[in-house]
Amino acid sequence: MAIYKLKEFKIKWGMVIDLDKCTGCGACMISCQAENNMAPMPDATDKMYSLTWMLVYRLSNGKPFPEHDVAYLPRPCMQCGNPNCVPVCPVIATTKDEEGGIVSQISPRCIGCRYCQAACAYHSRYFNWHDPVWPKGMEKTLTPFTSTRPRGVVEKCHYCHHRFKAAKEKARYDGRDPMKLDDGEYVTACTENCPTGAIKFGDLMNPDHEVYHLSKSPNAFRLLERLGLDPQLYYVSEREWVRRQGDNYLEHEPTKGV
Amino acid sequence: MIDKEWLPEGVERCSFGKFMVWIGFLGVFVLLGVYASYVVWSTGLITTGLNNYFAFGLWIVFDLAVIALGAGAFFSGFLFYILRIDQLKNIINLAVIVGFVCYSGAMIILTLEVGQPLRAWFGYWHPNVHSMLTEVIFCITCYLIVLIIEFIPLILENKKLNKIRFLHHLAHNFHVYMPLFAGVGTFLSFFHQGSLGGMYGVLFSQPFAYREGFFIWPWTFFLFVASAIASGPGFTMLVAAMMEKITGRKLVDFKTKELLGKIAGSLLCFYLFFKFLDTWYWATETLPRMGLTFSQVYNEVYGTWLLWFELGLCGVLPAILLIVPKFRKQPSLLYLGAVLACIGVVINRFVFTVQTLAHPVMPFDTWQVYVPAWTEVMTCIEVTAYCILIISLSYRYLPVFPQERKLNG
Repeated sequence: MAIYKLKEFKIKWGMVIDLDKCTGCGACMISCQAENNMAPMPDATDKMYSLTWMLVYRLSNGKPFPEHDVAYLPRPCMQCGNPNCVPVCPVIATTKDEEGGIVSQISPRCIGCRYCQAACAYHSRYFNWHDPVWPKGMEKTLTPFTSTRPRGVVEKCHYCHHRFKAAKEKARYDGRDPMKLDDGEYVTACTENCPTGAIKFGDLMNPDHEVYHLSKSPNAFRLLERLGLDPQLYYVSEREWVRRQGDNYLEHEPTKGV
Repeated sequence: MIDKEWLPEGVERCSFGKFMVWIGFLGVFVLLGVYASYVVWSTGLITTGLNNYFAFGLWIVFDLAVIALGAGAFFSGFLFYILRIDQLKNIINLAVIVGFVCYSGAMIILTLEVGQPLRAWFGYWHPNVHSMLTEVIFCITCYLIVLIIEFIPLILENKKLNKIRFLHHLAHNFHVYMPLFAGVGTFLSFFHQGSLGGMYGVLFSQPFAYREGFFIWPWTFFLFVASAIASGPGFTMLVAAMMEKITGRKLVDFKTKELLGKIAGSLLCFYLFFKFLDTWYWATETLPRMGLTFSQVYNEVYGTWLLWFELGLCGVLPAILLIVPKFRKQPSLLYLGAVLACIGVVINRFVFTVQTLAHPVMPFDTWQVYVPAWTEVMTCIEVTAYCILIISLSYRYLPVFPQERKLNG
């Protein structure tokens, strides 16, 4: 279903999130917002207008007590291998062309048409509805690593790309190949701050990285895999009902995984 | 009358004062819309009904709808200048004016719709050749220029302006080259009508909108062209009929209106045949492949009633009314058929825009309902008032209808 020629990558930075370990604490959401210079929102509880590059969804098996069960699903950008958002952008403000396969978002180029937002099945793309304003004193929380974005542009998770750059820079300084980073050398803020270790991050193509093996687990699945978006993010759960909510299934179709 | 020498030769118009009251009435809505635009530009799209789920809303529906209804301009031009259907000369001027107001109106709305209006030119400077929206940006701009070129000779035919020798000759020369512009306009309009449909059809991440297709064009590309040319000529005919009602004068003979009805009816049948095939394939092949059933992409608010309303009441019924000569020859049924066909195309654009985004693709997500805010509604009313304003001025000062003198003689 690709509408243009896709680029192949030797390195694919990706995540594997263990949904059986996620407690839904929201530390990943908070760390993402702090790391990426997001201004306090007028009403952060209103998810219709909030900027939540990482958003935790609550899943339920829909059964009454005592069979009732819940799961929490953290949802950053899937960095799709066949992204629908990239070819639709009229001004090339989003690309997938850098080794590592991270889908970029160039906010100074974005005109705010929101076509990419409409093209994202995961709602991973966010429009800046508000002017970013930091109340007096809070500007001290800003980091110099990520640029702030103005009102009227689309933004999204980029796997803390500045950390990728920093890790490559350090490798160069140490005299190592920046394209051969060790496992854990480059991790996202949400990975680092997840208290239960539910989020793992690394190169999905490198057998020396933990995510390579985790992504091949029989309980691993990707969100909406059958749409053909080829996400660079895997979820893992031993619970069949959780895996079944990872995609749309016809009634007679078996759930992916063990 | 104060403006008597500016009025077309041998026609009757209302008093200047009465006309000013009418213009003032429309002006109120334009000013309210300008205020709403100011609110949007100064405080951003947070003042609209758009949100994290609905990236597109009333504005895009309005744009798509007026562009489809304005298709009468390019298609009538194609039939008149290229296929030489001479009878359409009676309405071709109006078709150009309707096309012009529809496209320029859509442009006004687009300046509000983008989050960074000052960067709108990036679309020309940094174009992404893979994006259907790029094609839309280029084609709409070029076609609006063509429409302006088509409109200019009509303006120059104003009694007073035409007395100026240079303008008289300029208008004449414009007319000589008009078939060329009509041809260019047909090409451009065909592509952007299609690309507007293609914009949705390429969304393989949105099961409600996604369609397979031919080469790089999803079926929606061709269906949007077909539905636009099926409703556009009918809309032009309706505008003429409404103008007759408001002015109390005969402007276009019924034979020409009936011809437009016949053209619209034939094209509607053509469109519906392929639309039914497309819907059937989508419901029985495309959706199940994505793990969904037909009933899952509809809910209580955005129900299947919209589909039956679009394809039945506003599809099959107007097709019958317009294609059967016995019905078409009755003015009330002809107009009813055209009105229903126009409503049908508006619903089509609505569902592709709003329902596509309302449907939760992730199984654990929920349906959302879009409600437009006053800023969106008011700006759409403003553009509608602007369209009526331009048509009113054109009617009063330009020789729009070649038959007017004869029909009211």
